[in-house]
Amino acid sequence: MRWACILCLLTLPAGWAAAQEGAAVGGAPVETAVAGADAGEAPLGQPAEPAPPAPFPAPAGATARDKPNDGGGAIAIRWQPVPGAMAYRIERAGEDGAFVPVGAASALENAYEDRVEDGVAYRYRVVALGPAGEEGASPATLPARSRPQWFNGDLTGVALSVVAFILVVAWFIRRARRGEQLFVRRIAGLEAVDEAVGRATEMGRPVLYIPGTGRIEDIATVASMNVLGEIAKKTAEFGTPILVPNRDPVVFTVSREVVKGAYTAAGRPDAYDPNSVFFLVENSLAFAAAVDGIMVRERPATNFLLGSFFAESLILAEVGASTGAIQIAGTDQVPQLPFFVVACDYTLMGEELYAASAYLSREPLMLGALKGQDAGKLLFMALLVAGTIFSLITGLDAGWLLSTSGY
Amino acid sequence: MNLSTDIWVWVGVFLTFCIYSFLYRDNPFYKFGEHLFVGVSNAFTLSFMVHRIIIPILVRPFTEAWRTAGSEGLSAGLFNPYAPSNFLVIIPGVIGCFYFARFIPGLTWLVRIPIALFMGYYVGRSVPAYLEGSVFPQMRGTMLTQASFDPAQGGILGGIFALLVLVGVIGTLTYFFFSKEHKGVVKWGAQTGIVFVMVGFGASFGFTVMARVSLAIGRFIFILRDALGIVT
Repeated sequence: MRWACILCLLTLPAGWAAAQEGAAVGGAPVETAVAGADAGEAPLGQPAEPAPPAPFPAPAGATARDKPNDGGGAIAIRWQPVPGAMAYRIERAGEDGAFVPVGAASALENAYEDRVEDGVAYRYRVVALGPAGEEGASPATLPARSRPQWFNGDLTGVALSVVAFILVVAWFIRRARRGEQLFVRRIAGLEAVDEAVGRATEMGRPVLYIPGTGRIEDIATVASMNVLGEIAKKTAEFGTPILVPNRDPVVFTVSREVVKGAYTAAGRPDAYDPNSVFFLVENSLAFAAAVDGIMVRERPATNFLLGSFFAESLILAEVGASTGAIQIAGTDQVPQLPFFVVACDYTLMGEELYAASAYLSREPLMLGALKGQDAGKLLFMALLVAGTIFSLITGLDAGWLLSTSGY
Repeated sequence: MNLSTDIWVWVGVFLTFCIYSFLYRDNPFYKFGEHLFVGVSNAFTLSFMVHRIIIPILVRPFTEAWRTAGSEGLSAGLFNPYAPSNFLVIIPGVIGCFYFARFIPGLTWLVRIPIALFMGYYVGRSVPAYLEGSVFPQMRGTMLTQASFDPAQGGILGGIFALLVLVGVIGTLTYFFFSKEHKGVVKWGAQTGIVFVMVGFGASFGFTVMARVSLAIGRFIFILRDALGIVT
C-alpha cells in the first residue's frame, strides 16, 4: 500500500505536465490530466482522443481558509479522506477561474498548505486519485484570502508565562530594594572567587577570564558578562591584571565596556588597561590554540572559564590545569560540563552560572531575577506533580495545556 | 609505502605535527602553527563578512536603490524593508558603524547604542523561544499519563522508566533551587537530583570522548594514508 502511494505521487508531476499541455492547446487542464487505462485507439492519421478518467468518489467537506497565526502568504486546505484513494491532487483557481494543480498529498493526509500572495482570492478543489487513475474532484471551496496576523494565538500560553515571570521578578526586585534580606544558598564555586583572585594577587600573576565562545544572544554569555563585571571589580580593588580574550566581536565590545565600567565602579578607572580585553579570532579551535598559548606564556594564576563552551572546552581546561592555575568553570552546555568537572577545581553547572552574578553582587535587580527563576522552578515542579496526578486519575493528557501548536 | 607527491598534503602533515608538538611543551613550531591558524582564520572571517554579509545585505541594496531613485525617482517601494533594493538598510548600517566609535575618544559612548539594541533584541527573543521550544515540550514529555503504561510503549517497564524521568527532573530542579538551604526534604531531593545529573554527565562524557578519539583517528589516517600511503 505504501509503495503504491509513493508510486502514485511520483507519477503526479507527469499528470500535471499533461494537464498544462492540455491547457496550452485549449483543452480543459484537469479533465485531460490523467489518461484512462482503456483509451480507445484512433483511426490511422487522426490524433488519439484521451479517454476521460473513470469516476471516483470525491472528497467531501473541502474547505480553504487563511492559515491562522502566521505572517501571511499561506492558505490551509482540509478535506475528509476518501476510502481507497491513493493520493490527492490540490488544484487552485485564481481570478481567471481556471483550476491548475498546485500540490499533492498522500492518502494518509487530509490537509495541505498552499503558499500564495496575500490579499488575492483563491478557490480550491481536491481531486482524489484512485488506484487505476480514476479521479473524483470535490466542489470548489469558497474564496479564501491569505493575510498576516498581528498576534500568534498559539503562543498565548508563552506570552502569559513571560508576563507572569516579569511580574514575579518585579515583585522580588521591589522587596530587595526595600532592604529585605533575600536568602540565596551557598554555591561552593562562587565562594572560591575571592580566594582565586587573591591567589593571583599574591603570586603577582594575571587573572585570565574567558567569556566562552558563544554569541551575545546566548543566555550563558549574558550571565558571564555579569560575572565578569564582579570579578573585574575585585581585580581592580586588588590591583591584579586581568586578561579577557574574546572570540566574538560583539561579545568583545560588551566585555570591554563591562571591564571598563567595573574599574570605574571600583574607583580605579586609571588602572583600567584597554589592551587587557582583546579580540583573538572567530574560529573556535583557533581561539583555543591561541588561548592555550596565552596560558603557557603568561601563566595566569587563576582561570575563569564562564559562558558557552563547545568542542574546545577540554582543550582549554586541560592546558589550564597543566599550568597549575586555579580554575573556576561554568557553562550551560551539558555535554561540556563533564570535562569541566574533571579538569577544573570548581564547576558551576547550568543554572548556577545564571545565579552567579546575583550571588556575587547581591544587587536587588539580579537577586530579583534569581528569585523569580526559583519561583518559576517551584511552579514547574508543582505543575509536573499536579499534571501527573490529574492524568493518572482521569486518563486525560494534562500536557495539552502546554501545547503551543494549536492548529 | 606510497609517499604522496602533493605538496599540500605535506604542508598539512607539517602543521599537524606543529600543533601536536604542544603535547611536549610550548615551542617555536607550535607558535608558528598557532599564529598561522589564527591569522588564516581571521583573514577568512573578514573576507566572508565582506563578500557574504556587507556587500549583498548592505552595500548592494543601498546602491541599487540609489540607482533606481536616480533613474525613476523616489518611491515608497524604495523604503520597503522587504524589497531587494531599499534605503532602510542604511539604518542598521549606521548603527553597526557605532561599534567603531570607540576609536573616537569623544564619541565612545555611542558604542552602547548597538550593544543595547543587540542584547535587548536577542534576550527578548530568546526567553519566549526558550519557553516555547524547550521548557513546555520537556514538561509535557515529563508528565506521567496512563498512556505511559500502555503495552505499545513498553507496558509496566515503560511506566517505571517514565516515573524515573519524572523523579529525576523534580530532583534536579530541587538541586538548582537556590532559595532554600539543602537540608531536610530539600537535601534528599537535591541529592537524588545530583545522582541523575552525574549519571547524565557520565554518559555524555563517554559519548563525547568517543567523538574526540574519532577526530584523532582521522588525523592519524590522514598521515598514514594520504601522506605516507601505509594504510589504505
